Amino acid sequence: MTTVPSHPPALAGRRDGAGFWERVMAWTCSVDHKKLGLMYIGCGLVFFLVGGLEASVMRLQLARANSDLISPETYNQLFTMHGTTMVFLVGMPVLLGFGNYLVPLMIGARDMAFPRLNAFGFWLFIFGGLLLYFSYLGADGLYGAGVAPDVGWFAYAPLTSRTFSRGNPTDYWILGIMVSGFGSMTTAINFMATIICMRCPGMKLMRMPLLVWMMLVVAFLVLVAIPILTAAQAMLLFDRQLGAHFFNPEVMGSALLWQHLFWFFGHPEVYILILPAFGFVSEIMPVFSRKVIFGYPLMIAATVGIGIISLGVWAHHMFAVGLGPVLDSFFTASTFLISVPTGIKIFNWLGTMWGGKLEFTTPMLFVTGFVAMFLIGGLTGIMLATVPFDWQLSDSYFVVGHFHYVLFGGTIFGIFGAIFYWFPKATGRMLSDRMGKITFWLMFIGFTLTFMPMHISGVLGMPRRIYTYELDRGLEIWNFISSIGVPVQAAGILLLIWNIFRSLRKGRIAGPDPWNAWTLEWATSSPPPEWNFDRIPTVTSARPLWDAKNPENPDAHYV
Amino acid sequence: MAMLIFMETLFFSGFIVTYLYYIGKSPFGPQPMDVLELGPVIVNSVCLISSSFTVIFAVRALRRGSVGAFRVWLLVTILLGIEFIVGTALEWRGLIYEDGLTIRTNIFGTNFYSLVGFHAFHVCVGLIILIGIFILSLFGHIKPARDHGRVDVATWYWHFVDVVWIFVFTLVYIIGRVPQEAVS
Repeated sequence: MTTVPSHPPALAGRRDGAGFWERVMAWTCSVDHKKLGLMYIGCGLVFFLVGGLEASVMRLQLARANSDLISPETYNQLFTMHGTTMVFLVGMPVLLGFGNYLVPLMIGARDMAFPRLNAFGFWLFIFGGLLLYFSYLGADGLYGAGVAPDVGWFAYAPLTSRTFSRGNPTDYWILGIMVSGFGSMTTAINFMATIICMRCPGMKLMRMPLLVWMMLVVAFLVLVAIPILTAAQAMLLFDRQLGAHFFNPEVMGSALLWQHLFWFFGHPEVYILILPAFGFVSEIMPVFSRKVIFGYPLMIAATVGIGIISLGVWAHHMFAVGLGPVLDSFFTASTFLISVPTGIKIFNWLGTMWGGKLEFTTPMLFVTGFVAMFLIGGLTGIMLATVPFDWQLSDSYFVVGHFHYVLFGGTIFGIFGAIFYWFPKATGRMLSDRMGKITFWLMFIGFTLTFMPMHISGVLGMPRRIYTYELDRGLEIWNFISSIGVPVQAAGILLLIWNIFRSLRKGRIAGPDPWNAWTLEWATSSPPPEWNFDRIPTVTSARPLWDAKNPENPDAHYV
Repeated sequence: MAMLIFMETLFFSGFIVTYLYYIGKSPFGPQPMDVLELGPVIVNSVCLISSSFTVIFAVRALRRGSVGAFRVWLLVTILLGIEFIVGTALEWRGLIYEDGLTIRTNIFGTNFYSLVGFHAFHVCVGLIILIGIFILSLFGHIKPARDHGRVDVATWYWHFVDVVWIFVFTLVYIIGRVPQEAVS
């Protein structure tokens, strides 16, 4: 920390004249929210490649019927690791990373409220992730060789009991997720304290950028949901290591209890993963429509509504368990209810685009793709919330298609849009827009090829989590199309990586405000100095930079 | 700190709900009404709950500026907390060696040791915080004018541990001891 000179660019790693170790130390010892944010995003993207690789192997296996490319055991490990990685080691850290980078800048603060706690959270996340992957090397147990957890990302009891899960890969799963969960909780505390206490003068709650609002709700959800998961995992650990009986049906323990506890965490979790992406869309879309966001207070109300309702929908993952008509109807109703605020958001985004002067730059393409894909995912979600429909298709490929539309078409498209939008801010250079557009179309086409047919193979009766399927069930063609999409997406992602590395050296210099945007992060230089703002800004409306650029017609007149 | 406590509350609520769910569902082995004795637990509870008051006195003393009284009250709090831990340890010793109830015996044992054990663990964490403050004050690092707010916030955790105990006590020693027939 002490080695940082008085006027460094944010990417100290690219500073001239610094020794290698000095540069390493500048990053690893940093408590700067911007460096931590970038490290979050960077590590998250590395895990994204790993998780993507796991998915590719699975798709390769499923490309034709009766394939024996990999063994059923390997397949089980792959889908467990893929799901766990994507949820806990990609979605959470990348979104928290963006929040880390952007929240202090957007509210005109110099750093997060607790910078050291922030660094602590990051290192917990990274070591939790490494602990999970260490199971490939270290979880020998009875197998005699390293094995990964193979219990699915939601680790249903009694699959996780010692009888069915020999050795200790499941213990690695528990501990890895628990450790990174502690990291997320500390970060959530930090977000709340920062957003509530560190806003610059004039930044009232109703003038905050929507992304900041979303991060506030996300922090709340993290605080509610993750401790429950931690408690459930502690019980599971007791079961496995101390011989306790929480989830052991033989002595009146309950396997159902795990499902309740897990999904009480699990459903808020999906909103933790999607709300920040909503925030990206709400920031990017107005800028490239050259209009204010449509229905700003309603967006906030919808966000808070989603946050609250999401705590009461968890059992819609459990209809097939047989909860009885009363509970089933309750959770169907609450799930329908939560689609209302989500629908409000979609209409507000459309209202923002309506009549705007649209500029389809790469970030705008991604967020437009987001709205379309997320809408499809949302609609299949409503279908699945209907109990009879769910009974028919629960745990089929239809469900796989549904949540990939939400989490890939939604969250990942949002993240990619955010990468293109804020890359100039973080590095001072633009990403190539031409390559970006190619990336978008490759991703979009590949994504549709892979996940759209999954709905059909699901309806035709293909269950999820099987390592192969038989001929002549009508499943070959749809699985083949799904697998064809993978290399197309991979090409898009590789192009993005190439784009990032090339633009870091040769990209066009961005300047402080390349998109002619309105929120405070564009008021400082790109990349911002360590202290963010030379003078703490004072704002009078939700669009401080609009006011600065158009003093004759400031927003403050209208709010 | 308020948010940390919020989070911890959720963590405990997970265990408490589980405990409630399993009350009277432990078909064999020692039953709560047979093995849990109220006498020693009430002594422990009185100690723990009164320690919440003594820590308030300590903070008030610090706010007045009298570091001496602060140290005395803080020490009393710490001793009361240690009594609670020792009392729990003795109770567990009796349960394990005389009644043969361990975490693997039955579902009651599983729940009992997890919930009470996690609470005792949190009491220990609280004690470590208080002892840390006490040691700092012995070396003169606690300045009343500067630090009374900080110490106050630190004692919130102690109050939280107490409140959780009230819930745990009600659940384990009162509701949980009602004979099964009365529940069903």
